[in-house]
Amino acid sequence: MEKILLRNIDVSDSHTLTAYKSRGGYGSWRKIVESMTPEQLINEVKASGLRGRGGAGFPTGMKWSFVPKDSPKPKYLVCNADESEPGTFKDRLLIEKDPHATVEGTLIAAYAIQSHTAFIYIRGELTFGASRLDQAVEEAIQAGYIGKNIFGSGYDLDVIVHRGAGAYICGEETALLSSLEGGRGWPKVKPPFPATHGLFGCPTVVNNVETLAALPWIIERGAAVYAAMGTEKSKGTKLFSVSGHIAKPGVYEVEMGYPFKKFLDEDCGGVANGRKLKGVIPGGGSMPVLRPEEIEKVNLDYESVQAAGSLLGSGGVIVMDDSTCMVGAAWNLARFFAHESCGQCSPCREGCHWMEKIFHRIEHGAGEKGDLDLILNVSGNIMGNTICPFGDAAAMPAAAFIKKYRDEFEAHIAEKRCTITG
Amino acid sequence: MALEFSPDTLKKFEETVNRYPKKEAAMLPVLCLAQQEFGHLGEEAIAYVAKILQQPPARVHGVVSFYTMLNMKPVGRHHIQVCRTLPCALRGAEKITGFLKQKLGIELGQTTSDNRFTLTEVECLASCGTAPMMQINDDYYENLTEAKVTEILESLK
Repeated sequence: MEKILLRNIDVSDSHTLTAYKSRGGYGSWRKIVESMTPEQLINEVKASGLRGRGGAGFPTGMKWSFVPKDSPKPKYLVCNADESEPGTFKDRLLIEKDPHATVEGTLIAAYAIQSHTAFIYIRGELTFGASRLDQAVEEAIQAGYIGKNIFGSGYDLDVIVHRGAGAYICGEETALLSSLEGGRGWPKVKPPFPATHGLFGCPTVVNNVETLAALPWIIERGAAVYAAMGTEKSKGTKLFSVSGHIAKPGVYEVEMGYPFKKFLDEDCGGVANGRKLKGVIPGGGSMPVLRPEEIEKVNLDYESVQAAGSLLGSGGVIVMDDSTCMVGAAWNLARFFAHESCGQCSPCREGCHWMEKIFHRIEHGAGEKGDLDLILNVSGNIMGNTICPFGDAAAMPAAAFIKKYRDEFEAHIAEKRCTITG
Repeated sequence: MALEFSPDTLKKFEETVNRYPKKEAAMLPVLCLAQQEFGHLGEEAIAYVAKILQQPPARVHGVVSFYTMLNMKPVGRHHIQVCRTLPCALRGAEKITGFLKQKLGIELGQTTSDNRFTLTEVECLASCGTAPMMQINDDYYENLTEAKVTEILESLK
């Protein structure tokens, strides 16, 4: 398979403009500014079938088309580089090894919505990644790709690399915008959507790094070539971050629709140390876990993973072998969500901590009869009752762990100890 | 004497604020500057940032207390943050944390008496493929073993 997203990362000094340009970099940007209207660009990306890679999988071209063309307000494009989903580290690789692809993608998306100010919001902990982006933006400014009157077209664009300060919730687009406005990362009620009421109440589009990094290739090779890859509804390629008990952890690019089991067994070398698979989370820590028998016929695309009862999400694949305590795993993720809940909506603010406490007591030998149903009840009361998808992200994995490994949870409660690790 | 930025930092502050469409959007970068300059963001630092950004101190306080990278209390010269989230936990993060506690003679949230190290746990740092890992100040240390941790600690004065 031809690599699209990882095509440059093995080139020496892949992060420099010289290396990026030697492989055709910014050719798409020039082509767009010199010869395409925003409408043509949006139609091209619609035709490619590209869907948002941050987790939700919303069609990118369609998202752009919601921005009103006649608004008197400034428009903003924001690249979401706040990668924080447990088990996900693909954007970090792109940013550190091929920052110009993200920058060029950001320029392309900004042009599509005719924005003159774009932000790249990178999570604060990624100091090295932020320095790579700063350097890439600086090089692009010097080369005339960013700034005033780009390629003599009269189009102006400024790009600001903005660092977060440590908050998972800022990966949610409206929370990210609140943060960028200088406040706490608090999600906002939708509608209105950012496309009409985003940053400072102005039309705004937020796109993930991986989504944007695919754009230069799509423009260079044409939407049809991209759309020819993948499945009917999931087009192109996708990055998967593979972690946990796997022989070869890392970031992999595969064509959408690739068989999940084959991917784990062959591409990733199978479960580490020859152990057996106990469970795998396919789309980052906020997605339901799948049992080994559930992935037999699953393919790595949005529809197939959803049909199996989970979601493709960010493509963060967390592998757990047969030595893993599933109560401990569920508790670990519950603790993550309890720590990261922004505190705005009471079902999530209270429920996440409540679930964490119950999982903790079960794992530590103090579980009580009825605890499992209590967690399912709390989880059910969070689902759908919060402003943003964080509530669901906390509730779904908790319920899935209990439903799929109920025997193990019951044994913990009955024996008043962890029955896996002692 | 009340806290204020040095002339150099003040210049950086002006440049930062001028880049943004609205002054308050520079909140996080300015707080980072303040943390670099003052070491941590106590009430005095918060009041100062509120003044120069023309924001209510309560709003600045609310922001500082929301983000994990903004420290309201002083930390040691090297702030060690061990990732504890599932992918790292599956590959032995807890052992690394235990080893660090023993090695430094402190519990989580504490600072060594020579003010060299502060030890805390942190949630997922997007380094799951190279677990277990920790961050010390701005740098990531990956694929940790006890031997590697010992070496790293010795290299930090």
